[in-house]
Amino acid sequence: MQTYDLFDIIGPRMVGPSSSHTAGAARLGRMANKIAGGHVKRAHITLFGSFATTGRGHGTDKAIVAGILGMEPDDERLRYSMLLAKEADVEISVDFSEEMRDHPNTAEIEIETRDGNITRICGASIGGGSILITEINGLEMELSGEYPALIVRHRDVPGVINTVTNILANEHVNVAFMRVFRHARRQDACMVIETDSPVSERVCRLILDWNENISGVLAV
Amino acid sequence: MTGYCFTNGEELIAICKKEGLTISEVMLRRQQELSDDTAENILKELKTTLHAMKRSVEEGLTEELESVSGLSGGDAMRLNDRAEKNALSGTLAAKAAAASMAVVEVNAAMGRIVAAPTAGASGILPGVLFTCAKERGWNDEKLLSGLLTAGAIGSIIAANASISGAEHGCQAETGSAAAMAAAALCELDGGSADRCLNAAAIALKNVMGLVCDPVAGLVECPCIKRNALGAMNALISADMALAGIPSLIPFDETVMAMRSVGRLMSPDLRETARGGCAATPTGRAIRKKLGLNEIEEE
Repeated sequence: MQTYDLFDIIGPRMVGPSSSHTAGAARLGRMANKIAGGHVKRAHITLFGSFATTGRGHGTDKAIVAGILGMEPDDERLRYSMLLAKEADVEISVDFSEEMRDHPNTAEIEIETRDGNITRICGASIGGGSILITEINGLEMELSGEYPALIVRHRDVPGVINTVTNILANEHVNVAFMRVFRHARRQDACMVIETDSPVSERVCRLILDWNENISGVLAV
Repeated sequence: MTGYCFTNGEELIAICKKEGLTISEVMLRRQQELSDDTAENILKELKTTLHAMKRSVEEGLTEELESVSGLSGGDAMRLNDRAEKNALSGTLAAKAAAASMAVVEVNAAMGRIVAAPTAGASGILPGVLFTCAKERGWNDEKLLSGLLTAGAIGSIIAANASISGAEHGCQAETGSAAAMAAAALCELDGGSADRCLNAAAIALKNVMGLVCDPVAGLVECPCIKRNALGAMNALISADMALAGIPSLIPFDETVMAMRSVGRLMSPDLRETARGGCAATPTGRAIRKKLGLNEIEEE
């Protein structure tokens, strides 16, 4: 049986009208911004399923853009996000797709940062404002955003997980959840580690420098 | 089960009796256990939530609102106006209903609200709490207890059944909100823990089987008016329990019954906007006008 705490029931504080179509959408946008590393120059959003059919009436597009601009789901400027994006010189385009995805409330977000990096994120709003990031740059994963998380890109070889968990242990970071995803044996892989406390920039660098099979470390 | 954790009404009552505590006091201690945080921090966070609720009521009762779709806005002010003059249902009840509508109108206009337990049912709890607070002179501290009691009831329903319209229909959304609000009112007006659960059970029984049928899939029609009526449900249920009227069917059994009913509901009646009000000729016409696809017939 799942346990619901006080703030699962009395909350979240959010801009309406829908916890899944608005609040969750804003969280997806914000997560995409964090994963892309901020400083957004251009964002292309594709909405699928129920996000595409009832998205306009629920302000799903505005909410995702608000998130991409760094706003929280309870930011009252959310309804003016398109205008704010223009003012901030962030180029926005939105597609309402007729394709269906696994989850009815799915969005794909492509972000180009000011320094020219392009990141593609796919995620779903799974109810009550909760989200799940399901793909980053073609690599499938599951990331909830409920906890601070560490995303480690690496090669699928023995010993890499040990390196990462050892460093976290030495830094007294407690792991809440951990999952490893890979394209194929000995190919690109990705670790998603959700922790009780945030992981500092210094620890990220330490992990990146420690093992040659690790190609990227991102704390979100 | 650790010290203050409960999963159903029976366990909650047992802790209340054993420790000599109210439901809100047990809920605060449970939250401390679950979050490993201090009572002070939890109450501080809850106070921010209470203020956000208060603002949403005030905004909906004072500002000209229109939803993104253009389907709703301004009805809360109309009802409040009548409540202040000569409402048949009485000033307090009509005002509570208007305050509840106000919050959901703010929600539809992309304003800020607090889901309680969901956005679609966000009006009932603040609507009755702030209206009765004025009448009874309850201060913020007392209202925080109300939120805790409501949270206890909601957490039991969520764990044993659901608070999602997509899962169990509107009974799980405005029904749960009314049950939460009824229990909160009961405790604030001096009712025992037993009576609080009776109030929640009475409110939940009243809307057992209520379907989730939003026109065009939007949280507006019939959601906004169902919040007004949910506030009335909460008030009368609390009054019955406070008068010493028991719920013949205990709270825990009512929750399980709601779950069974939810499972029997066709998916058309669970937030998919394919049945009930959404499938009426007018509902379909609104859907078409907003540029949505026609409802797919199975």
